[in-house]
Amino acid sequence: MAAYLARRLILSALILLGVSLITFFLLFVLPADPVRQIAGRSATPQTVENIRTQLGLDQPFLVQYTRYLGGLLQGDMGRSYLQKTEVSSLIAARMPATLLLMAGAITCELILGIGMGVAAALMRGRLGDQALMMTSFVTVSAPQFVVSLLMLYVFAVQLNWFPIGGYGTFAHLVLPAVTLGLLGSGWYARMVRSSMIDVLRADYIRTARAKGLPRLRIVLRHAMPNAVLPVIAMIGIDIGMFMGGIVVVESVFGWPGIGQLAWQAIQRIDIPIIMGVTLVSACAIVLGNLLADLIAPLVDPRIKLR
Amino acid sequence: MSRGKEWVQPTERAGMTSITAPDSAGPLTRLLRRKLALFGLILIALVVAGAVLAPWIAPFAPEEQHFDGLTLQGAPLPPGGAYLLGTDLLGRDLFSRLLYGARTSLLIGVVANGLALLIGTLVGITAGYLRGWIGGALMRFTDLMMAFPALLLAICLAAILSPSLWIVAMVIALVNWVQVARVIYTETISLSERDFIAAERTLGAGTGRILFRHILPHLMPTIIVWGTLGISTSVLLEATLSFLGVGVQPPTPSWGNIVFENQTYFQSAPWLVFLPGAAILALALAFNLVGDALRDELDPTQRGRD
Repeated sequence: MAAYLARRLILSALILLGVSLITFFLLFVLPADPVRQIAGRSATPQTVENIRTQLGLDQPFLVQYTRYLGGLLQGDMGRSYLQKTEVSSLIAARMPATLLLMAGAITCELILGIGMGVAAALMRGRLGDQALMMTSFVTVSAPQFVVSLLMLYVFAVQLNWFPIGGYGTFAHLVLPAVTLGLLGSGWYARMVRSSMIDVLRADYIRTARAKGLPRLRIVLRHAMPNAVLPVIAMIGIDIGMFMGGIVVVESVFGWPGIGQLAWQAIQRIDIPIIMGVTLVSACAIVLGNLLADLIAPLVDPRIKLR
Repeated sequence: MSRGKEWVQPTERAGMTSITAPDSAGPLTRLLRRKLALFGLILIALVVAGAVLAPWIAPFAPEEQHFDGLTLQGAPLPPGGAYLLGTDLLGRDLFSRLLYGARTSLLIGVVANGLALLIGTLVGITAGYLRGWIGGALMRFTDLMMAFPALLLAICLAAILSPSLWIVAMVIALVNWVQVARVIYTETISLSERDFIAAERTLGAGTGRILFRHILPHLMPTIIVWGTLGISTSVLLEATLSFLGVGVQPPTPSWGNIVFENQTYFQSAPWLVFLPGAAILALALAFNLVGDALRDELDPTQRGRD
């Protein structure tokens, strides 16, 4: 176990190193000039050159990258070009909002996904099952921005139940969290449905039924824990997907998390922030996958860590 | 995966009594028997027809701004009346723009996914057949790509490279090939351990012959399934990029950038956001439905599962 964990952690560190190298390289070779953004349009060529030298952007790629990496190893992610603030403190300031949204979204996702999956499995083959599976197809095919705008239109503009975006109270959290939860629930619903169907076929369920236990008790106490736990191990993978894909929902709902930070930085070619958010997201993906792999054998002892 | 009783009965019955009456229907016929797949195919046919026939069906040129296309106050016209689906904020006919937008969305979806499929298959098949250090290196690179926050990467690339249609397609391919590579890799490994490949090698067949004459044909079902499901992902990603303003650039209409252009009006003119949104959803859903049915029919590892 310890050896496995050590190996996976070393591998994760290498992957993150690779991600940082590739992102840095892409931002270096692509025709994006952050200096023009900083200096503004009316800057003289002399000013532009001064800023370039000052930021070290006139140095060759390897020099720039090793300097960045050196800082990173000491916990220094550099300073934002435009806001002149430490990237680490910018990200730290945005992190609570993103984590809150993620927690809300995963809660909605699990409630909806497990509910739909179990219901579909119990109605297997009947109209209700088909309707639920069709719904799950719709949720995985729906563009995030359209659903976000639809939620805003119906529940904020027309019904006036929730604020039209922003951050601060529980009411602000509801719409973005439900949007993300709804869109992610189809994925869980289909997994829960198929594992629930497998479990309902198992011998011990037939035994329980033969003993004359009430159907509700069989479903809730005997079948559901075995069907749902393996699916819950997937949350790790989900966390990673959220971190990489939260940009759209955060910008539509005006949610001040790291997705919005990244989007603003991309528009202004603020390279240190782009690097920082990419690395934090990659970290979440790598650790999320590791988490999923670590939980799996706890839930299902037949799975062995290799 | 999602098999309802009604449309699966023919195959199931055939499977149970296969000694006397094997199912003689080909995969296409069986596909057409599935209601959901049929529904998906009809949706795809409609969109393709709309895209191909756009110059003949569209009542107006997509970029033409009409004087009577706005109210006296300068607001867009609602659906109904002279303009079937209303007009957008510049007084252009929405129906015509949606028809031409279908061309953009389909073209990018198909081209981007074709590229992703090509890269993914090449990487997967090479890594899976050659193994050794080349295979190892390729798969470590794939692992690395898996750790990238894909949406963030795509947005960043698209924003920096002032995007044309082809660049958007390339960016999408660049983030979407990874999944294909992993699936093809796993299948190639299990295929190359089979006896008929060993026999072929003993007979002195070259690597090229084995790969293209023996392994590739066995991978075709997987390639077809991913080729269909992947179009859905590509269409959604294109729409998202265009919605953020970093995808297809106006005035060329794409379903995503129609929403982008009109989103500020979504409270007073919701049709400008939700009609293109519904179109995106319909196309992505259609490819998901067909792809899922194809997986049930073609992929031997999925057959008989729920």
